[in-house]
Amino acid sequence: MTSIAENKQALRLDVEEFLFQEAEVLAEWRLEEWLELFTDTGSYYVPPTDIQEADHRDTLFIIADDKERLKSRVKQLLGRFVHAEYPHSRTRRLITNVRVRKVEGDTVWVTANFVVYRIRLELNDAYVGRYEYRLKRVGDTFKIDERRAILDLEALRPHGKVSFIL
Amino acid sequence: MLRNGHNGHGNGHGGHRELPQLVIDDEANGLFRVHRSAFTDPEILDLERERIFDRCWIYVGHASEVPKPGDFVTRRVAGRPVIFTHGHDHKLHVLLNACTHRGAIVCRERNGNTKGFQCYYHGWTFSPEGELRGIPGEDAYEGTAFDKHERRLPEPPRVESYRDFVFACFDPHVESLRDYLADAAQYIDYVADQTEAGMEIVAGQQEYSMRANYKLLVENSIDGYHARTTHQRYFEYIAERGELDLQAMAEMMKVKGGRGLGGGKSLGNGHAVIGGGATSPWGRPIARWVPAFGEERKALLAAKIEKLEKRFGKEKAHMMTQSSRNLHIFPNLIINDIMAITVRTFYPVAPDYIEINAWALAPKDERPEDRALRLDNFLTFLGPGGFATPDDVEALEACQRGFKTIKESPWSDISRGMKRTPPQGDDELQMRAFWRQWWRLMNSPERISVSALPAGVGA
Repeated sequence: MTSIAENKQALRLDVEEFLFQEAEVLAEWRLEEWLELFTDTGSYYVPPTDIQEADHRDTLFIIADDKERLKSRVKQLLGRFVHAEYPHSRTRRLITNVRVRKVEGDTVWVTANFVVYRIRLELNDAYVGRYEYRLKRVGDTFKIDERRAILDLEALRPHGKVSFIL
Repeated sequence: MLRNGHNGHGNGHGGHRELPQLVIDDEANGLFRVHRSAFTDPEILDLERERIFDRCWIYVGHASEVPKPGDFVTRRVAGRPVIFTHGHDHKLHVLLNACTHRGAIVCRERNGNTKGFQCYYHGWTFSPEGELRGIPGEDAYEGTAFDKHERRLPEPPRVESYRDFVFACFDPHVESLRDYLADAAQYIDYVADQTEAGMEIVAGQQEYSMRANYKLLVENSIDGYHARTTHQRYFEYIAERGELDLQAMAEMMKVKGGRGLGGGKSLGNGHAVIGGGATSPWGRPIARWVPAFGEERKALLAAKIEKLEKRFGKEKAHMMTQSSRNLHIFPNLIINDIMAITVRTFYPVAPDYIEINAWALAPKDERPEDRALRLDNFLTFLGPGGFATPDDVEALEACQRGFKTIKESPWSDISRGMKRTPPQGDDELQMRAFWRQWWRLMNSPERISVSALPAGVGA
């Protein structure tokens, strides 16, 4: 019989493994595969740098993608016309402080800290912030129902843009 | 460039130093060239700060950002830290954000509502109108000429607003803002008149940057020529979503005889617009319906058009609802009324680096579901995570990197359509309007009214 603490730890390890795999998929630009990690109604948000906790329906975000726009974003990124990412940048994600915040049925709320380095044209920009995930348990893995990348940067300076998947 | 000019090293501020020829405006041969040192030379930027940014009206903010007495936001205007406040005197103030005692930044918050500002260094306090209210140990000044009123937070010599757009000028002798705006005012009206309830800046600021010269962003913001190449992916996306009027699009994208958004127009004093009334291929939240907006909105938008036609007549209502335009207010304000409205301003930190702030502008009385649709439309194209802006950033940064070849390739060409009338949407007339004004101001060491400068002629 496993204790509650052991169950909690096991869940966190599963979540960590999932996030680390996602980070690898993104770093290798396997974006079709990344899209498969989302539920049919999955969404992806990057709130503005001046209001970190906000609703995209009444606040201007940097990115607020429903599944349809996310599909298109991926398709575009894999094509030739995202000039800001062609040739592709190199990215590397350091993900730490992974915490399971809440579990309800098959839904798991997770937060994690990140530093995402984007390296291109001899420039190296570090994006610092926190992920908030709403995950759905599917068998022994998860699907992403909502993915929020909340930047701690006070402005996108000198970064200038979020042209890749944060 | 200046270093190689007639006077060797610059002779300091405002001298009668002659600039080398940076702009070639050859009407006879239809050639217009800009020397690339205008984008790279730090001495030219110093001169721009003095002759352009410190003598033109510079956008501060929108009245809706500080709706109540005591409301404030902090930002930089023409390089200076300022506090934009709504005073208890019911006036809007632009306070220079440096303590008159020893110079520390007085307000270090982004925004809020306050009874006053306290400089924490020695505890001096100022009202939202800028008056010096409190000095710890004030008795120490007894018997001196110290004057509390004189030690208030200074404001730029001139602060005026037009249709809730608030501007400041650091030159006391500048003409009125209304005169300065010249023919650009009516294009601000197209936006400001959308609803009787007034317009407001939506929460959420897009704060970003470019490793590029600010004039590249001016050019880019009113450039119809780059749309079909730089922004191809955006058009493919909205076509897939059924948000694109293919006939209007075909017309816009026609290489020969295409109207683009409509031809560019010089509006006086360096201001310019691109977008001459052609029906937009995309949906516009004000009242240009596309299937993706949903059947429910069709009747609502038709009613809105009718209302605007009653208020302003058919022609202006068409401009406001069906057509799009990019407006440049010299030297650093862009109001793009396209698939949403963005207000964008920027300032050069260095010849090859600018800070940009952009906002969404919307009718105050918009329904929440319409506001959500507007923001969705906005994000598709605009902003540092949209399907267009990042590629603009990339293009302008690529130009800046390319300028390293300046010695062998010193001139940029802005001649497109110089001998063509009427101008087409992908011509460069509107950029020439900017450069002509830039060149006139850069060559005017003595302060003269911007409107009094000899008018630019030519296409």
